[in-house]
Amino acid sequence: MSDAAAALREPWPDLDRQREGVSVGIWLFIASEVLFFGALFLGYAVYRTLYPEAFRIAAAETEVFYGSVNLLLLLTSSVTMTIAVDASRQGRRRIAIVCLALTMLLGAAFLIFKGLEYRADIAKGLFPGAYFPLQPPQTQLFWALYWLMTGVHAIHLATGIGIVGVFAWILWRRLLPIESPAIVGVATYWHFVDTVWIILFPLLYLVDRS
Amino acid sequence: MSNSHGSPTHIWLRPTAVWVALVLLGLASLGSAYLPLNAFNMPLNLAIAGVMVILLWLFLMDLIGSAALLRLIAVAGLVWLSFMFALTFSDYLSRACEAPRGEGPPALRGDQQIDRGAFEGKASPPRIGRCSPG
Repeated sequence: MSDAAAALREPWPDLDRQREGVSVGIWLFIASEVLFFGALFLGYAVYRTLYPEAFRIAAAETEVFYGSVNLLLLLTSSVTMTIAVDASRQGRRRIAIVCLALTMLLGAAFLIFKGLEYRADIAKGLFPGAYFPLQPPQTQLFWALYWLMTGVHAIHLATGIGIVGVFAWILWRRLLPIESPAIVGVATYWHFVDTVWIILFPLLYLVDRS
Repeated sequence: MSNSHGSPTHIWLRPTAVWVALVLLGLASLGSAYLPLNAFNMPLNLAIAGVMVILLWLFLMDLIGSAALLRLIAVAGLVWLSFMFALTFSDYLSRACEAPRGEGPPALRGDQQIDRGAFEGKASPPRIGRCSPG
């Protein structure tokens, strides 16, 4: 039995339909995630509309260097993930596994930079509470949203790294055929995490820099 | 995910081209944030982010080569999101002001009473719309 035939599961008549089924499932999940993150973006939009000056003051304290480097890392990881999917579809096991590993490494690098950024933020006391250094008080709203949105994003990314790692290991150990459409689900989730950062980048790091 | 089934070059070609476009757009967004465009900085940055997301979804998540059902699901999330934004802002942007914009909550708080005099002609009517002075 060829790898492609071994990858086929019930009740699908062929791999293309099976891949489509995986895509529909993961896109339904992504649609729900859009609303989850959308609620956070909505909170940001409302408070920024109400307190534009406070948000301008608060956002000036974010570390644009770390935000930019992390954007570059995630964009690159989305490319390596796409190459892994294409390689998988063509039965090119080594390229697929190497690209999955690269994707994981880029994701891990993101988390390392995020950790460094968090350390710098905490050193400046930018955590909402009694001793928050900025005025007016509404600046705390921005920083509460900053910690919440970047924190939830980091949890999603860490989850993605785990999923990609497990999937790379499964392919490496040949527990699944290389043509398995499951990689489509993994990749779509990863790209969505990248999408969220693309939106967060201007909201958190580029406010009123001029 | 790409549908390319071609030569080894093709595996790298399209994702790399999209990556170049995404990085250039990211740099444009970063650079434009330092231009004195005033109120147009954020709309421009968000527009660039929107283009980046479209590129990512079309070419890396392969919505462009997907079945109509997938594109429908992808758009559905965004449609419901737009409803959530529209309904929320139709509320916040049409509330009567209690304080000048940027200095306090613009709506009645839980511990405040409605000024019934305003409805009986004993006081000026509540200001409707965005919280502008006057």
